[in-house]
Amino acid sequence: MLDTFFRMFEYEFMLRAIIVGALVALCSALLGVTLVLKRYSMIGDGLSHVGFGALCIALAMNVAPLSVSVPIVVIAAFLLLQISENSKIKGDAAIALISSTALAVGVIVTSMTTGINSDVNGYMFGSILAMSDTDVLVSIILSAAVLVLYVVFYNKIFAVTFDESFARATGTKTKTYNTLISLLTAITIVIGMRIMGAMLISSLVIFPALTSMRVCRSFRNVVVTSAIVSVVCFFVGLFVSFAYSMPAGASVVAVNAAAFLSFSVVGMIKRRVS
Amino acid sequence: MSMISCEKVYMNYDSTRAVNGVTFNVEEGDFLCIVGENGTGKSTLLKGILGLQKLNSGTITFSGITKREIGYLPQRTDVQKDFPASVREVVLSGRQTKGFRLFYTAEDKRTARQNIVLMGIDDIKNKPFNELSGGQQQRVLMARALCATQKLLLLDEPTTGLDPFVTAELYKLISHLNRDHGVTVIMVTHDIRNSVEYANRILSMEHDGDFFGTTQEYMQTPAAKRIFGGDGNA
Repeated sequence: MLDTFFRMFEYEFMLRAIIVGALVALCSALLGVTLVLKRYSMIGDGLSHVGFGALCIALAMNVAPLSVSVPIVVIAAFLLLQISENSKIKGDAAIALISSTALAVGVIVTSMTTGINSDVNGYMFGSILAMSDTDVLVSIILSAAVLVLYVVFYNKIFAVTFDESFARATGTKTKTYNTLISLLTAITIVIGMRIMGAMLISSLVIFPALTSMRVCRSFRNVVVTSAIVSVVCFFVGLFVSFAYSMPAGASVVAVNAAAFLSFSVVGMIKRRVS
Repeated sequence: MSMISCEKVYMNYDSTRAVNGVTFNVEEGDFLCIVGENGTGKSTLLKGILGLQKLNSGTITFSGITKREIGYLPQRTDVQKDFPASVREVVLSGRQTKGFRLFYTAEDKRTARQNIVLMGIDDIKNKPFNELSGGQQQRVLMARALCATQKLLLLDEPTTGLDPFVTAELYKLISHLNRDHGVTVIMVTHDIRNSVEYANRILSMEHDGDFFGTTQEYMQTPAAKRIFGGDGNA
């Protein structure tokens, strides 16, 4: 068992996946807390579909995937935020429209060019072989930026998430912070979907936050716990995937689901006792 | 010079006219209640004062007070129902109005502690906000607002959904802040009986015209007589 664990680090592609995956797990857990609490979970899902469309276009044009998908998904993030701010109920439907359209564009572009090949399959469900050295470098820089910005603006993010009207009324530029959050989310999703897959990446945003909220009762504890839970789940998932030759993205999601269930049980017991 | 003066303010809610040429002044130390039926633009006007919504015409001028010196108690939102946050975290976040902070300063923490004691919520300061009763939650949000300012407090229907006893307590607390701590209070409410008991000025917004004046003057208006009976001695 331990032997298998260490063997995991001997392959260069595994090492790349571990570095990028752990960083993405960390970033998405932090952002996820805000997104879930602000009822923006669907934005994460919508963005990953847009990301899929963008990756298909990049593949067809034969250019570096990140250089196409980062700008497109960032623009989509601005759009989705605008929509969900302006109208509450229609926002949900609008996200579904945009994400399915993006998915359709991706499929059409693919069928006209390469056909559904293993690359496209990788975009859908993730592949740990996907990362090139440049991808790893870009991912590290982008995740570092996400982490630093999140920590620097932590208190503001709390204030804006908890009570946007109060923050706005007392002079905080809430729009700037909402934009910042969606920008960081867009970047995290684009990086993460290479490993996790477009269909599965949003779980990385939503699961850790919900898992830690089963047990924790203060914002800081929720943020810290989701970060830890997310990274641990990623490692366990990747290890299971390596040991039993299962798809990485799906394994990580399965482990996250297991963590959610066990935290729910712990939370229930905790409330019974107190 | 009044602390706040509103001159012929017109505002829309969605695209219908909600605030119809309202004119009133708030002096330092006032306790103003904005009362009126649903849909007469009370909350819209409050948003105008806070700068959350643009005026269609008219002016609102502040004197001797900046935007960052306004304490605001919004209506509670759905988000807060399952939001994991401790009382301390919520109260401290009121200090965000003092500008950018990587960490809260010792002074921030001291102010937060003072206001927690002032609001009588010292014994629940480590509890999760969403597990408190409605009245306790309002005290927490008041403590947060006081962290932002000791000058002016704007409250948007703070007693909605509270039982009569808790409502009475909250009014006493607000009145205490107003009288003994010199906090100017502007409050939107449906509760006319408590308004005339505690407020010194009333802005009554009705579909057939607005009234602004002292509480004594308000008692002589037809609207007040309709509520309190003929001779208006509540």
